[in-house]
Amino acid sequence: MTKTQPHTILKTESLTIGYKQKKHQTVVADDVNIALQQGELVGLVGANGIGKSTLLRTLTKVQPPIDGSVFINDKLLENSSYLELSKSLSVVLTEQPASKNLTVFELVALGRQPYTNWVGNLSENDISIIEKALLQTNIQQLKDKKCFELSDGQLQKVMIARALAQDTHLIILDEPTTHLDMYHKAYILKLLKTLAKDTNKTILFSSHEIDLTIQLCDKMIVMTHSQVISDTPCNLISKGVFNELFPEDMITFDEKTGSFRVKK
Amino acid sequence: MTNQTTYKVPFTILIVTLLVCFLGNISLGSVSIPITSVFKSLFATIDNDSWHYIIHNYRLPKAFTAVLVGSGLGISGLLMQTLFRNPLAGPFVLGISSGASLGVAIVILGAGIFGGNLATLLLSKWSVVIAASLGSFLVLLSVLAMSLKVRDTMAILIIGLMFGSITSAVVSVLSYFSSAEQLQQYIFWGFGSLGNLSWNELFIFFCIYLLGLFMSIISIKALNTLLLGENYAKSLGLNINQSRFIIIIATSLLAGTITAFAGPIAFIGLAIPHMVRQVFTTANHKVLLPAVFLFGAIVMLICDSIAQLPTSDYTLPINAITSLIGAPVVIWLLVRKRKMLF
Repeated sequence: MTKTQPHTILKTESLTIGYKQKKHQTVVADDVNIALQQGELVGLVGANGIGKSTLLRTLTKVQPPIDGSVFINDKLLENSSYLELSKSLSVVLTEQPASKNLTVFELVALGRQPYTNWVGNLSENDISIIEKALLQTNIQQLKDKKCFELSDGQLQKVMIARALAQDTHLIILDEPTTHLDMYHKAYILKLLKTLAKDTNKTILFSSHEIDLTIQLCDKMIVMTHSQVISDTPCNLISKGVFNELFPEDMITFDEKTGSFRVKK
Repeated sequence: MTNQTTYKVPFTILIVTLLVCFLGNISLGSVSIPITSVFKSLFATIDNDSWHYIIHNYRLPKAFTAVLVGSGLGISGLLMQTLFRNPLAGPFVLGISSGASLGVAIVILGAGIFGGNLATLLLSKWSVVIAASLGSFLVLLSVLAMSLKVRDTMAILIIGLMFGSITSAVVSVLSYFSSAEQLQQYIFWGFGSLGNLSWNELFIFFCIYLLGLFMSIISIKALNTLLLGENYAKSLGLNINQSRFIIIIATSLLAGTITAFAGPIAFIGLAIPHMVRQVFTTANHKVLLPAVFLFGAIVMLICDSIAQLPTSDYTLPINAITSLIGAPVVIWLLVRKRKMLF
């Protein structure tokens, strides 16, 4: 590892994802080869049902791959325990926390669980990391509020702060912008961009906001029926990958503006 | 999680209240003993032998039983509510009390079928305790065996409920073939009772209770992690299956022995955690667990003092009193705050 070459945080090698049942297996996507470097903001886009969630579930060890391998920090995913993994990978899921009777501080503090003792006491160091996470997501003023008092946008920031407090190289977010208005969609994605740059973490998120993703991401992973391709947004546009995303009878991709148009 | 608020004041109040209730509980009873004599007899022998006997061999064990029952049921209710993320869960959702009922029903209602000497043997107190323990243990074992196969926590909840209906159906069949006298005996067991425990029995009860309490305490961190939901908990490195197993075993040790020694005492396990959440307005188990312990013990002591109808010869069923006193309190708390905190 030299300083000029950025460190690869997440890598897959000829990964096949899908579901294994007793007799037959359903392959969702095969030959997935992606490599995410330190400090990159990466957007994962694709139509509904194409397998974005399956890919994210495989990358976060929620389900096993059918074939191929996933490396996080050069370590094979299947060889690392959940506790080890929790120190290199944090997640923001689409589901809401089971209890909203926690204060914002308490919820963010739960991100320190992999590091705390048997009863979960926070050290000085833990508290300063939590405070920093609150600061980076700009929610210090919400610190003592209960989660049921928050708006969807605020709650999303809290969940991102929790992932930050977990202090991992890689953060994976599953559709962080759903249920948010246009302003907050842009706000959250810009926040992720800033975080990736400032903290040098690798941030991977799935999204349906293709226009915003093209504008903000360092790299994108596009899932279509025929392939899973990963490159910079500009290269992807010139390769014409976005036209394959959806059936062309309804919407088309306008390469000049980098956005989709409805066919009238 | 930190205690940003330290909760020193409410905890001090609770501890003092617990002591007062404990003393109040042993001062009240069918025989009226002046409170000064009660105090004296705790630390030295007093002149009145029968008073001394009543306090040492009847009232003290009963008060200790009340503390164990109230705190144990409260804690197991809290564990189940967090594990199943369901405010309606209680210590008995996994079929522990129905298993115990089945064991006791077989002993009491089945005694008539065997008849003769065997019947007298079967009806001794220890056989009821053993039957209740065996019954709850067997039902629990079946639920646990399935919980290892089933991934979904909610499915375990439903399986527990199904076991409950199977056992109550068997009890119905047994009742149908029983005499009125046996039925009455069975129903009396169902009322619950805190008295009747000797110091020896109380010691066994206490040992198993301590084991359950210990397992609850080591689960505090896991319980807090589970507040985010199972998927987040897994991403935080929590071994879900192992934690779930420990939590279920802790609940069964607590609720199982309580049911075996004191009968199926309803309501406390469900209501105490809700009362505590209203008072402490936190979800942090590091605060909730000790608070539930104190609250449960206090409520049980108060209910027991009322159930004895001081200075009268009657004792009301403790099971009825817990609900009569507790339910209005929970309703009042919910109406006052207008919000269910969970």
